[in-house]
Amino acid sequence: MSEQEILAFDKADALVDIPTHYCPGCQHGVTQRLAGELLSEMGLTENTLLITAIGCSVFLYNYLNVDSVEAPHGRAPAVATGAKRARPDKFVLSYQGDGDLASIGMAEIMHCANRGENISIIFVNNTVYGMTGGQMAPTTMVGQKTTTSPAGRNASKEGMPIRMAEIIGQLGGTAFSARVALNNVKNIRKAKKAMKKAFEVQQKELGFGFIELLATCPTNWRMTPIKANERIEEELIPYFPLGVFKDLTVETEG
Amino acid sequence: MSKNGEKLFIKGNEAIARGAIAAGLKCYFGYPITPQNDIPEYMSAALPAVGGEFVQAESEVAAANMLIGAAACGVRSMTSSSSPGISLKQEAISYLAGSQLPTVIVNMNRGGPGLGDIGPSQGDYFQAVKGGGHGDYRVLVLAPGTCQEAYDLVIKAFDLAFKYRNPVMILGDAILGQMKEPVSPWTPEKIDENEGHDWRLCGAKGRKGRILKSLFLSEGSLAAHHEHLQNKYADMAEFTQQEEYQIDDAELVVVAYGSIGRIVKSTIKKLRNNGHKVGLFRPITLYPFPSGDLKKLAEQGKKFLTIEHNLGQMVEDVRLSIRTITDSDFFGFLPGNLPTPDDFEEPILKSLGGK
Ligand SMILES: Cc1ncc(C[n+]2csc(CCOP(=O)(O)OP(=O)(O)O)c2C)c(N)n1
Ligand code: SF4
Repeated sequence: MSEQEILAFDKADALVDIPTHYCPGCQHGVTQRLAGELLSEMGLTENTLLITAIGCSVFLYNYLNVDSVEAPHGRAPAVATGAKRARPDKFVLSYQGDGDLASIGMAEIMHCANRGENISIIFVNNTVYGMTGGQMAPTTMVGQKTTTSPAGRNASKEGMPIRMAEIIGQLGGTAFSARVALNNVKNIRKAKKAMKKAFEVQQKELGFGFIELLATCPTNWRMTPIKANERIEEELIPYFPLGVFKDLTVETEG
Repeated sequence: MSKNGEKLFIKGNEAIARGAIAAGLKCYFGYPITPQNDIPEYMSAALPAVGGEFVQAESEVAAANMLIGAAACGVRSMTSSSSPGISLKQEAISYLAGSQLPTVIVNMNRGGPGLGDIGPSQGDYFQAVKGGGHGDYRVLVLAPGTCQEAYDLVIKAFDLAFKYRNPVMILGDAILGQMKEPVSPWTPEKIDENEGHDWRLCGAKGRKGRILKSLFLSEGSLAAHHEHLQNKYADMAEFTQQEEYQIDDAELVVVAYGSIGRIVKSTIKKLRNNGHKVGLFRPITLYPFPSGDLKKLAEQGKKFLTIEHNLGQMVEDVRLSIRTITDSDFFGFLPGNLPTPDDFEEPILKSLGGK
């Protein structure tokens, strides 16, 4: 580096320097970058056990330089429970999509949170099953067209989209639950702060940390990345309000 | 821990739980189902008392998946259940086998299919030895016939699980789980705390992150993984165990495992007293199956009868073992009934008499 050059931005040590497999404009990449930065900044990289789930995020273990194990579809919270019980001294992190967490894995996430397992779960809500080609998810918006709701989700037959951050916030074992969005820089900064809180409650052994991120799937939304960001603002946030639904650090510190 | 020379009068279920703790069990995950409830009940008090973790999971699905997390950390972990519960665990068992994670799974077989009944049965033999989950994989299966053997085999199961980096199943039934017998407890001299140190997850300190997975997408990589598994299963095949009783001069060898093997032994004792030349071959390892030793008996010209508490499952493995030389008769005692030694007298004499 010459004298004039100032290093303003560097790759976090937890991130592996390879191209990712995500579609252009997909915000799985943004989430993983935030997670990697936080692991590095918080000095957790060498102490982390990562549980990867099923869905477009399954290759996360290729992008984060941490020890990881793969969970069956929806079961990551149970796998994380086993890992944390075996090694309570480790930082246990899991990362799940909406089909994974809110459909097939509904029982596992609820009970894991309710037991107050000291783990952190990152929940990427892109209102669709991405990997399998854009089918309807439990979080799909009413009226949203998907390959299995070609006329748009019909609330009277298919129910209303499930608001996970609120539900998790209601459970006794939850220490932190919040919803953030990745549609602009300001919100991405807030997302990182909230993720940090979800990590910190685990470090403080306060219980279950949960962070829901509203993210784009431009491919299955059939939108440009810019239009997809606008959809988050105009359509998703009014139904999935951003905010903190539980934060034990406020109560314990206050 | 148990004192030397101590004798306990306990159920098979408790023998399994105590054996596991003696073997250094660190994490147990379970869900209630009859006839194995004594295992989670015993664990809930005894395991925390020795510094281990007990979790009553929300379902068998969750319990089996908790095993994935604990086994990935290289600690000794276990779950137990009975037939319908084992069906639910199969997804995780397939992942455990695919990711090569060592753990112990106990099935105290009850009657099926479906809800069936809570009485004994051997209806889960195929599910256990052929891999009840998806994909090509094998699980080591050990079938105890007595409470002492249940205790001993659980200890062996953990060693085998770590030796082969593979799930090991203890296949018992409601008879074994619920009967009480004297058991001499013992503790293995050395339990290697560092088992799995070269693959387990413990934090990527000073090295690249480790990945334990069963997903192999790039061309040829799944084939290579399967080749590795196949070689491992071939290595396992060298290790087999069985009980042979009164077999040397026997004209008819009865093949039966677990509780049924033990009941058949009583029948054989009686028939021997009456001068009938019958013997018992009781496989203790159901996978790998002791095919080589059975074949040797076939080469000596012996006849075979397989007795099971089901409609005919292990008999297929017996026939495969001896198929180039002879065949085996089959007597299936119907699940839903409890056999006594007398129930087997007639079928044995019939086979002995020949066709
Ligand atoms: C037991 C089981 N059922 C179904 C699948 C197929 N499957 C793979 S990914 C996926 C959907 C994942 O969707 P989501 O969690 O929303 O993640 P995304 O791909 O959108 O990131 C499904 C259903 C599977 N792998 N396992
Ligand atoms: S399908 Fe959707 S979620 Fe998956 S990588 Fe592409 S944009 Fe991302």
